Amino acid sequence: MGLLDRFRVARKGSASVARERLQIMIARDRSERGRPSYLPKLEKEILEVIRKYVEVDPDAVSVNYEQDAHQEVLELNIVLPESAQRA
Amino acid sequence: MARIIVVTSGKGGVGKTTTSASIAMGLARRGHRTAVIDFDVGLRNLDLVMGCERRVVYDFVNVINQEANLNQALIRDKREDNLFILPASQTRDKEALTKEGVGRVLDELAQSFDYVVCDSPAGIEHGATMAMYYADDAIVVTNPEVSSVRDSDRMLGILASKSRRAERGDEPIREYLLLSRYSPERVARGEMLSVDDVKDILALDLLGVIPESQSVLSASNAGVPVILDEASDAGRAYADLVGRYLGEDLPHRFLEAQKKGLLSRLFGG
Repeated sequence: MGLLDRFRVARKGSASVARERLQIMIARDRSERGRPSYLPKLEKEILEVIRKYVEVDPDAVSVNYEQDAHQEVLELNIVLPESAQRA
Repeated sequence: MARIIVVTSGKGGVGKTTTSASIAMGLARRGHRTAVIDFDVGLRNLDLVMGCERRVVYDFVNVINQEANLNQALIRDKREDNLFILPASQTRDKEALTKEGVGRVLDELAQSFDYVVCDSPAGIEHGATMAMYYADDAIVVTNPEVSSVRDSDRMLGILASKSRRAERGDEPIREYLLLSRYSPERVARGEMLSVDDVKDILALDLLGVIPESQSVLSASNAGVPVILDEASDAGRAYADLVGRYLGEDLPHRFLEAQKKGLLSRLFGG
């Protein structure tokens, strides 16, 4: 760093941006890593069954999988459209 | 029984082969009979870094295919009697490394060696998974840079799920972080992830930090593992790292930016 650099405005280093991005990305990678391999297929088949009865968007079904030391939780979330109330 | 060490990373160009060559040389110099295997089938380069490229007659795939025996294929290092190199094949057939074949070669090596260092190719494909499958210890080579850190984390996931130890439910592979191409000056300026950043993100034990150094290129130009360059920071950092791997309690060096003299302060440098 030259003497002149000392008079420049100190800017936030890019390393802190890198750290934040990595923390988010790696937390996401790791949560996906432990998921059972059947989840995408399960999600697709559930969607097909629901669509037999209600017209829903392809992204209306979300399957969430969480695991801690004691239990595994499989969470299904299905969003029904407002117009599809009881055929 | 030999201890099998894989040097891996996911990302290419981070210093796996440099590290494999130096660690193998370091272990051998401390009196351990050591073999180092190049798993990069089709793109061999460990022999070049070790400086024995003109002595390659048979290679790893020849041994797996039983076209040569191990003693014919192993190249004894000219500087260190305890060190042997098993070069990769130039064949383009990546599937030449079979799980059974690799296992058989490692079993045979394990009978007469103390350490077997497996230099993994980049990526997470066949060659990389074969290099880590039988490992007892993994040295994850990472640069302080986003894509390298992320790829290292992916490799940690593979080590934890796809190795023989994982499949058998044995004690997991011991994983160590090796941070290479580290520039304390850039870290001080906030331009580069610090040792602690990477260690925290990956949640790994730190085996060593190799500073960015001209001597790494000079050493590979000459076919000399950089650990033999005892005048260089990188060489000494590798020597420390081998000591730490063997259980010595050595402080980490070369983590602080060098103090600059008055002239370079005034004129930049």
